[in-house]
Amino acid sequence: MRPRRATLKDSEQQARIFRHRSIVAAFFVLIMFSGLIGRMVWLQVVQHDIFITRSDKNRMRVEPLPPNRGLILDRNHEVLAENRPTYNLTLVREQAGDVGQTIARLINILDLPEDQHDVLTQRSRERLRSYEPALLLSDLNEDQIARVAVNRYRLPGVEVEAQLIRYYPDGEWMSHVLGYVGRISQDDQQRIDTSNYAGTHFIGKTGIERFYEDELHGQAGVRRIETNARGRALREISRTPPQPGKNLTLTLDSKLQKLGHELLKGKRGAIVAIEPDTGAILAMVSEPGFDNNKFVTGIDTKSYAALRDDIDMPLFNRASRGAYPPASTVKPYMASAGLEYGLVQPSDSVYDPGYYQLPNDSRRYRNWLRWGHGRVDMKRAITVSNDTYFFSLAHRMGIDRLSEFMHKYGFGEDHSLDVWGAGSGLMPSRDWKRGRYNQAWYPGETLSVGIGQGYWLATPLQMATAVAVLANDGRWVRPHLAMQVGDQQIEPPFENTPDNVELDNPRWWDLIHQAMENVMVGGEGSGRASGRNLQYRMAGKSGTAQVFTLGQKEKYNAAELEERLHDHALFTAYGPVDDPKIALAVIIENGGGGSKVAAPIAREMLDAWILPGLKSSEEAQRHARQNESAAQQIVTGD
Amino acid sequence: MMMDYWQRVYRRSRRQYQRLSWRTLHLDPWLLLALLTIVAGGLIVLYSAGGESTYLVEAQALRFAAALLIMLLIAQFSPRTMQRFAWFFYVVVTLMLVAVDVIGTHAMGAQRWLTIPGVIRFQPSELMKLAMPMTIAAYLSRRVLPPGWLDLLVCLLLMGIPVGLIANQPDLGTSMLVTASAVFVILLAGLSWRFIAVCVGLGVAAMPLLWFNMHQYQRQRVLTFLNPESDPLGTGWNIIQSKTAIGSGGIHGKGWMQGTQSQLEFLPERHTDFIVAVLAEEFGLIGMAVLMSCYLLLIWRGLYMASQAHDTFGRLLGGSLVLTFFVYVFVNVGMVSGVLPVVGVPLPLISYGGTASVTLMAGFGMLMAVFTHHKTTPR
Repeated sequence: MRPRRATLKDSEQQARIFRHRSIVAAFFVLIMFSGLIGRMVWLQVVQHDIFITRSDKNRMRVEPLPPNRGLILDRNHEVLAENRPTYNLTLVREQAGDVGQTIARLINILDLPEDQHDVLTQRSRERLRSYEPALLLSDLNEDQIARVAVNRYRLPGVEVEAQLIRYYPDGEWMSHVLGYVGRISQDDQQRIDTSNYAGTHFIGKTGIERFYEDELHGQAGVRRIETNARGRALREISRTPPQPGKNLTLTLDSKLQKLGHELLKGKRGAIVAIEPDTGAILAMVSEPGFDNNKFVTGIDTKSYAALRDDIDMPLFNRASRGAYPPASTVKPYMASAGLEYGLVQPSDSVYDPGYYQLPNDSRRYRNWLRWGHGRVDMKRAITVSNDTYFFSLAHRMGIDRLSEFMHKYGFGEDHSLDVWGAGSGLMPSRDWKRGRYNQAWYPGETLSVGIGQGYWLATPLQMATAVAVLANDGRWVRPHLAMQVGDQQIEPPFENTPDNVELDNPRWWDLIHQAMENVMVGGEGSGRASGRNLQYRMAGKSGTAQVFTLGQKEKYNAAELEERLHDHALFTAYGPVDDPKIALAVIIENGGGGSKVAAPIAREMLDAWILPGLKSSEEAQRHARQNESAAQQIVTGD
Repeated sequence: MMMDYWQRVYRRSRRQYQRLSWRTLHLDPWLLLALLTIVAGGLIVLYSAGGESTYLVEAQALRFAAALLIMLLIAQFSPRTMQRFAWFFYVVVTLMLVAVDVIGTHAMGAQRWLTIPGVIRFQPSELMKLAMPMTIAAYLSRRVLPPGWLDLLVCLLLMGIPVGLIANQPDLGTSMLVTASAVFVILLAGLSWRFIAVCVGLGVAAMPLLWFNMHQYQRQRVLTFLNPESDPLGTGWNIIQSKTAIGSGGIHGKGWMQGTQSQLEFLPERHTDFIVAVLAEEFGLIGMAVLMSCYLLLIWRGLYMASQAHDTFGRLLGGSLVLTFFVYVFVNVGMVSGVLPVVGVPLPLISYGGTASVTLMAGFGMLMAVFTHHKTTPR
């Protein structure tokens, strides 16, 4: 009872103590809550700007919108490279629920082999985040798309997604000039503005696709999206649409290109055709080709190795990079050099016993015709492709002047405007030989170079360019592939165009034109077999290059390599002579004689390009004549 | 005469009417109003925090309905009964804590639950939040106050056993709240200020000792609190995101269900411990001020009610429960806004969750009991 009494006795005092303490507590609570409110003011008012920025940064994500790649068209607006929609099957694990069951149904619906189950299951796990679509199957066909569409309700989380993929309808015979696009590699990262390529998967790797990459690619757009903490996109906040790549119209004529491809079929060789007036490349064929579509999505190592190691080198662009001795096709240029340097007059002649000897040298440099052409002047020397005449001329010119003048025709340099990776060949000189071999230049080497052999190497593109310059009476236009980029016309004059080839007497050009025309139509012309029934004036020059670079080992190889020891057949041509519309160079590796093998191909190409225009203009003329005579009749009738 | 009679009748009926309404129900209308306001507001915030889920809101509303019933039930007990019952309650709950230590259920790295299979799964430590102040108050109310050294020693012992068991589970938040509830009883009983000062001094000196006895995750929480930017994706994530949510709310807030931090799931534990950040983001400083005012009025009313209790036990118990409630609010809002380390303390009456709300409402039931019973219980 004692404690109770104590309680009773002191209860009033205790109540007072408690009241006192609770008032203190009430104040304490007030102060502490004020502290919390102060903290809120600090965060929500003073630091508000910092946190609103941080919360926006949290929720907003910038996503790139890749632009559509520009199309590539030929001069007649035929599509050479387009963007094909492909359909891929994707699976979102988060939505699929039972992934195994969904995949089993999918296999059933698409009639896939049972062993695909593991493969697809594996692929479905490739994405770390379960809400991101994982690629199950790519490039579905229409039947598969339809089957998936019909069974959609049974396939939760499965979607058919469209993706644009580069497609080259004429892969086999356009592959070298167009090049191809491929997945962006580490190396590619170095040469691009990565922010512009953030959403792009493909980039031009070679050819036109590479050269005009910037124009074809376009400008990436951007969209800002709101995401949740796991990164899932919830809605779009703003969007800057991408600017699609520019369409590219090429100077190529796909019909002519296709014809070149067919003419070279089964052979190794190249054709380059140029419109002399504009420098437009009309055809640039390299055989054998390859299907560049295979490179777009990534070629498998085995197929790639097969292409790479193929002895015929299908991946190699012979037209722009192949270096061949230009052989006798250089004789007209040599003639022009001789005239310009005043070393010969057109009427000067040389006696050809079948060989040429340097003074004080017993070695005989043989003409291709063992018994010789007898007395030959310049015109005949070109027409019959006499070697002795040009040995003599080269000797008198000397390597320095020879090399200098041939540079004027573009040999030894790449003057193309937009041919990606074009080779510059090799125009030998005294300095070059000293730098390369640390040896002096021997006079005998000048003779070989004088007939386009020896160290002299040129690409088919250079040979075609040189003959186009010749057809132009020396006027230079840089060869190019692009005719129109977007709205912009690509037309001469171009920057860095080489100086025109000037001759003291412009009539000398006519002399050379006549000599080359004689090649086709003259009684002794080396190309006369291909010059029958010409409906226009065609000029040409044959060449036969000895294959001199063969490793020691290869001699022991099979009969196939025997064929590879054969001469390269070359032919350069242009026409019509009075108004050249086309100039071209043909080379067929190990084809044999240029006049026999390459000349018919040149003729067909020229016919194909010139005849249709000729016909229409003839018809136009006939029409005009008829109208004229009708008008006259009316006049006389009166 | 007639007037006198009618006045008497009128007064008696009025008294009768009053008796019928609140006193007979043993409820306090003002406290109830404050409680229901906060709970209702909490449900609105919960709807947004739970991603517009009516399920959460319904479950929470049902839980509070049940808790209100429990409160109503407990309010019917006279404080005298509670005082007698306190010791028994204390012993049972302490035994339960021992049982938890031996056969309890693990969850989230701690052993806090006691499961009677198929019947119930609960945390005995929650019950200790009630048993502790009851017991200390029951003890001290029988002693001469202010408490002397011996009383303090007994109290320390009574407090130490369950707190040690709870801290061992480990559950820092609850053991802290239980300690607070005991300490408040002692403070309200009139412990001398000088003594309090000495204890605070000793407490500060003992901080390093506490550090070495903490679990790794508890230390991590303290370290993260001191420098949340040190681990922005790990343990610091919660604090950074909740501060961002609060700060980005500004004065007016982003609007109900418009909070990007919470709606886009950047904010962790947004419907439980961090729900106040949702409120601060969506309703801004204004919303926070309203909430804190409601809590303040609730606490003040509670302190007034405790002081109106007719005996020492009731006063001490009621006062301790109210001040423990304040600690709840302060620690939760403090940790979410980054002024206190993250300890697992929910926001009372608002956070979604199980036993905590029930014990809280039971506590308010006791408060109402000590406030209402003295007027009707004849001595």
